[in-house]
Amino acid sequence: MRWLLAKDLRILRRSPLLVLYPVVIAVLIGFALSRGPDKPEVAFYNALPESAGRLELGGRTIDFNVEVRRLFDDIEPVNVESRREAIDKVESGDVLAALIIPEDLTENLQSGLEPGRVEVFYNAEDPAKKQFVENTIKAQVQTANAALTQRIAEEALDLLDLVSEGGDYSFLGQDFRVLGLKESERILREAREDLPAGSPQREDIERVISFAELARDNLSFSDDVLAVVGEPLRVEARSLEGGRTSLSSFAVALAVSVSMMFITLLLAAGTLALEREENAFPRLVRGLVSRTGLLVEKAGLAAVCSVSVCLVMIAGLGLFVELDWGRFPLWMAALVVAGLAFAALGLAIGAITREVRASSLLAFMLSLPLAFLALVPSGAVAPALYDVIRAVSAAFPFKPALDALDAALNDTGGLGGALLHLVLLMAAFGASARAGLRRFAA
Amino acid sequence: MSKSPGDLGWVPQQPALYGKLTVAENLLLFARLEKVADPRETLDGMLDLTDLRDRAHDQVGTLSGGNRQRVNIAIGLLSRPEVLLLDEPSASLDPRQRERLWVFIRRLADEGTAVVYATHNVQEADRYAHQLIVLADGERLFDGSPRELERVVGSSGLDFESAFVEFLHQRGH
Repeated sequence: MRWLLAKDLRILRRSPLLVLYPVVIAVLIGFALSRGPDKPEVAFYNALPESAGRLELGGRTIDFNVEVRRLFDDIEPVNVESRREAIDKVESGDVLAALIIPEDLTENLQSGLEPGRVEVFYNAEDPAKKQFVENTIKAQVQTANAALTQRIAEEALDLLDLVSEGGDYSFLGQDFRVLGLKESERILREAREDLPAGSPQREDIERVISFAELARDNLSFSDDVLAVVGEPLRVEARSLEGGRTSLSSFAVALAVSVSMMFITLLLAAGTLALEREENAFPRLVRGLVSRTGLLVEKAGLAAVCSVSVCLVMIAGLGLFVELDWGRFPLWMAALVVAGLAFAALGLAIGAITREVRASSLLAFMLSLPLAFLALVPSGAVAPALYDVIRAVSAAFPFKPALDALDAALNDTGGLGGALLHLVLLMAAFGASARAGLRRFAA
Repeated sequence: MSKSPGDLGWVPQQPALYGKLTVAENLLLFARLEKVADPRETLDGMLDLTDLRDRAHDQVGTLSGGNRQRVNIAIGLLSRPEVLLLDEPSASLDPRQRERLWVFIRRLADEGTAVVYATHNVQEADRYAHQLIVLADGERLFDGSPRELERVVGSSGLDFESAFVEFLHQRGH
């Protein structure tokens, strides 16, 4: 068998297209999947003078120039010099949107008479990107609104505390001393003691003391009430299904799975179909090598090649995404088992085709829908259709390979189950390939 | 025929070779798969036998159909079989290549290898076969030399192909 292996490696070395094509396709797709989308370019005109960029609320300051920069985490700003220039850039298609901060933003907010307004212009040429920019800007404006509401609520709480407890207060450059309900109550109690029993003024003072007590007691609840007003809905997110993988870490698993699928399917199917295309199969199986031995050799070759490429790929992606190298043995287990399962599927494809090109075409035609189906999220389609998609995905190695690699790379759990699933598929497709070889000799 | 598979060399109709491997690599690969005692020495012998020593390092895909068929036959001879089975060895070859191939096959026969070949080309059966077996619909109709077949037909003056057709008519085919 080692001579057959050496022969296949020599043929692969002399068929650069056969090797490079799946590798290049796989790596390109893999890296494309592992990279997040580019930040959309947005023209940005900030008309706020540096000095007017701060909003004073009570003793607190909100710097809008800082708040606006938070948007740049999700967009690529293209700084422009005027509102007109920003709009021109959107119209010409140079940018996807324009964000304009007017010069009177803080003035309006400070007055409290009207809300501050920012202007956004969109280019709808690319609906997907437009929606992304729209959602990003809306989300950031809502975040800014929530922050402002929180600050205003905190200021209101300080004022209520001043009313309750008393203290010093500064307004328009003048300092005031506020007596407060607590001190008022104390003074009234002292005054009440000086009045003769049965005095009608004593009764009036009693009523005022009761009011002060009641007011202070109720004001003590204002913290909670204003906190709710400031943030009426609070999100507590818990992930129930799936792991806790970040998008970038999952993308590594996805990129590696896609690459592995392409490389292994094409190599396994192609090298087996080559035996038929070259008419060598009947000669080989006339006592030189067993059919099962031939399948094992092809599967081993395809799996070794794809595992090697995927390891290099993981190492490359590891430069950009943090990976736990301590889990290397688990990576290897997932890669090897997934590689063999894909190889078995590739052999089943190779066993029903007469030539390399046909096997490659069939492998491609099968791979793309499999990858697509495995990535359809629950809730995206009708429940019955989703069940069908899950069943189809479970019948091929891509989904369990993705689960196994995600578990191995990102510690999401379920590695054992995914590996077992792959082993079962490997056995099933291996048996199909073996059965297909009977027809192969015809 | 009661030969064991090791005593029989089999050559398929279409060359069963790897086009991306050289002549020498193909021969060496199959010599190793055949587990011959000394693959290198066997390779040397086959290169001489096929007169392809000067093309030993050319990829098989670059060879003419006739040369490819020679390598194909050489692979069938690697295990030094006493009997070599050829399945339509000259199919798809042009007349010049066919002539060279038969020279090669006759040399094998002269050196002591029993060559059994299947052919639809009646002229080749007449020219190169010592013994002829005629099969039709799975039935063995004749076993003898080409001249004996002509005598069985009994029509003098017919060329061999005409005599052969007449023979089939007489046998109901």
